[in-house]
Amino acid sequence: MDNTLSFTKPLLETPFHKRTFEACYNNDWYRWAGYKIAREYSNTELEYTSMRNTAGVLDITPMHKYDIKGKDAIKFVDKLVTRDVTQIKPNQVMYIIWCNEDGNVIDDGTVFCFDKNHLRIFCAERNLNWFSDTAIGFEVAVKDVSDSIAALAFQGPLSCKILHLLNVKNIENLKPFFFDNFDLNGSKVTISRTGFSGDLGYEIWCNPEEAINVWDSLFKFNRDYKILPAGMNALEMVRIEAGFIQPNADFMSAEQALRPNRMRTPFELGMGWLVDLNKNYFTGKRILNDLKKKPLTKKLIGLDIQGDKPAIGSVLYDKNRKEIGIVTAGMWSPSLKSNIAFGYVDNDHLKIGSKVFAEIYHPEELEYKKIWAECLVVKKQFFNPQRRHKVPADI
Amino acid sequence: MSKSIYDVAIIGGGHNGLTTACYLAKAGLKVVVIEKQSYVGGAAVSREIHPGWTYSNCSYVCSLLRPEIFRDLELSKYGLQIIPYEGSASMLDDGRYYAHYNDHDLTYRSIAQFSKKDAEAYDRFGKDVMRQCKIIKPLLKMTPPDPTSFAPKDIMGLFDFAKFFAAKDELGGLGEKEIYDTIRFWTMSVRDYLEEYFESDIVKAHLAGSAIIGTALGPYSPGSAYVLLHHYMGEVDGTVGAWGYSRGGMGSITKAMAASLEASGGEIKAGSPVNEILIKNNKTYGMVLENGDEIYANKIVSNLDVKRTFLKVVEKKELPEDFYNAVKKFKIRGSSGKLNIALDDLPIWKSIPEGDPAGTGDLHITQSIEEMEGAYDDWKDGRWSSLPYVDMCIPSINDPTMAPQGKHYMSVFVQYVPYNLADGGWTEEKRLEFGKHVMSRIGNYSTNFNDIINHAEIRTPKELEQEVGLTEGNIFQGELTMDQLMFNRPIPGYAQYKTPIKNLYMCGSSTHPGGGVMGAPGANAAREILIDLKKQINTHYI
Repeated sequence: MDNTLSFTKPLLETPFHKRTFEACYNNDWYRWAGYKIAREYSNTELEYTSMRNTAGVLDITPMHKYDIKGKDAIKFVDKLVTRDVTQIKPNQVMYIIWCNEDGNVIDDGTVFCFDKNHLRIFCAERNLNWFSDTAIGFEVAVKDVSDSIAALAFQGPLSCKILHLLNVKNIENLKPFFFDNFDLNGSKVTISRTGFSGDLGYEIWCNPEEAINVWDSLFKFNRDYKILPAGMNALEMVRIEAGFIQPNADFMSAEQALRPNRMRTPFELGMGWLVDLNKNYFTGKRILNDLKKKPLTKKLIGLDIQGDKPAIGSVLYDKNRKEIGIVTAGMWSPSLKSNIAFGYVDNDHLKIGSKVFAEIYHPEELEYKKIWAECLVVKKQFFNPQRRHKVPADI
Repeated sequence: MSKSIYDVAIIGGGHNGLTTACYLAKAGLKVVVIEKQSYVGGAAVSREIHPGWTYSNCSYVCSLLRPEIFRDLELSKYGLQIIPYEGSASMLDDGRYYAHYNDHDLTYRSIAQFSKKDAEAYDRFGKDVMRQCKIIKPLLKMTPPDPTSFAPKDIMGLFDFAKFFAAKDELGGLGEKEIYDTIRFWTMSVRDYLEEYFESDIVKAHLAGSAIIGTALGPYSPGSAYVLLHHYMGEVDGTVGAWGYSRGGMGSITKAMAASLEASGGEIKAGSPVNEILIKNNKTYGMVLENGDEIYANKIVSNLDVKRTFLKVVEKKELPEDFYNAVKKFKIRGSSGKLNIALDDLPIWKSIPEGDPAGTGDLHITQSIEEMEGAYDDWKDGRWSSLPYVDMCIPSINDPTMAPQGKHYMSVFVQYVPYNLADGGWTEEKRLEFGKHVMSRIGNYSTNFNDIINHAEIRTPKELEQEVGLTEGNIFQGELTMDQLMFNRPIPGYAQYKTPIKNLYMCGSSTHPGGGVMGAPGANAAREILIDLKKQINTHYI
């Protein structure tokens, strides 16, 4: 991995690149935060299936990672995010979102508590400026440590079993949304029971020098249990099934939206459960307090769509053919054998069980088939197996 | 001595004069463009001063030219092609360089070498500037409404005007917050503006360049932030803020316009300086050329700047006193110089490696905003800057038509150079000394520059004035400051392309929306004239 800046190499390579490059038969790369990440290694369906059948390995090094250190670390994060984090305990992880002063969501992520003076936030978008601005007045230092930590997501029903076979001690008793330090086949790693797949799974964090050993170890038992590296396309599938939304895909980050009316509040994103209006002042609280009392004009919901043609990019209508919203992500779910999507609907259709219609343009041999499909409004979390929550986890 | 009759005669064959002419000719009017030089183009010209080399003698890069005008005048058909930039860079004294690329990730990494925070802040900055561009874009095409008038047209205009600011609608109207931001942006200094985003000196200096180019303001002067915005509101194929080269030099733009005009039946009389505008009973009806030819027209349009039009061409006795005084006060200060250099080889930079796309776009020599402000201090004292801000480019790397094979053409824009020198005015020696001074600064950043100079055209504000006719050599036909923008441009009460003389119009960059090779003043003026003549055309712009 040579990451010296040169105009011939606009993209960074992760510490796993030697391996991902070998495994990426399709040579199909996706840009993620300036890194080269496989979009598809060999076959998206198989990569997806590995995450639902055995386990898939995803290089998630490009995730942004910010160290929050200092005596006000918890206070700072509490001011930043909508949830009450004051009770966070060492080794605990919390899912968080943060808003601007207008109550529009900037990004979501997780916060890891190492101790009360040291937290670390992981997120999809760059937030150094926002965090640094918020940190003014707190005894806290915000540091971007993104490039110094290598990271893999190891997701799927056999993920715990493989780690167990690799003698990662007591891994099965690690509870969801907790993390700890472990020895993994000779490498010191931090493992959290977190992930983006909505299934049993872990995220493994290590020094870049340990990266290759960690990667190789996860494939050590491949003769018995076929673990696959999984690309971004497969990740997109599992995250939709799991009901996870993404900034700049399902909503525009308030820090990036050019048009103010493209920003979304947590309530509009169905994330009201993450907003604690009883906690101390946090950025956006004043407006969110007012908005809480008002009816929503639009909301991001799950859709169960008639037929099997994915509703990607579809416009949504009511029964009178009045436009009421759009689909932000859609797919045929191989696990659910359902045609699922996320979409925005208006106030009259946001209740579970409401009926709306999607106009789907399905390309078929150089012609578009125009489908008028009935959709049922459902919860966004389409897939949520028991094994995901079990403690001890299946080994 | 001949006499000829036209519907409309346009004085000055710059890009705006030609644009006005093209639209009027398209409407079926009999149109003539009168140009003092033997070639058209004004400040958008390409000329072969030195055999084998084509220089973009004045303006040198293109972004602001409205795409609707490009399309309406079929400039592609008449040979115009815009080549997008691949990057830009600022060269540092310590041997490093700061670069921007078309590749967003590469630019991020490049900025992050200086500051990670700034690399991120650049996106924030870009978004905020883009929002302001979105408000400005529709305003460019508008005739500024007169806020003191009760005419239905002005009241409707003000309503439209307000809509772009206030409406939170899909058209890109903005909320209250953005109105505050807009007013701040239009009045702040670029230094204060950039200070809100960035910490690294070179990041600020690189971006601040756009705010001082062509302007007699320093980066600390209030109002300079707007000039930066003015340079960002252009586009290349939808990429807002992008710049490009006009293939064959900037003259290709006006050559294409001239060809388009002739194809629509318009005429061009080059080499015909105007001697006198004929006015009777406060109404113009024609002009007399230096050669004695008389031209009669229902409407006369001046592409000259407002000072030249009303202090040099129209006689004072024809003008209202208050108007005349306002014209005298109009700020149009010369502050820029231009070098066009024929090179025997490609310069080898101490910092930028050969082949780096950043080396093929704008190259700046600046170390900090403070240095630029110091350069401005020299200008105020009546000297050319001891450490001038230099914005150069080598179009021949991307444009195969500018120089012989293996040789190159370099355009060097210099800020600041006064129109009047404190130590007794410009002389031929001083002009050459100024050129040497700039070349020696460039030479400091290259290992071979001094040895490959084949020829140099050195132009101070004096030359820009004498040749192009721009008063004091001001490239925008008047400062782009809040007091001279919108309904105040060029003169309050006369911002709608009309003048106190009946049938005499203005279409140059002195009028809204101002300078840059944009064409919008010319097209807006054409629209007003067509309204007055009760004529309609169906084009993308009008």
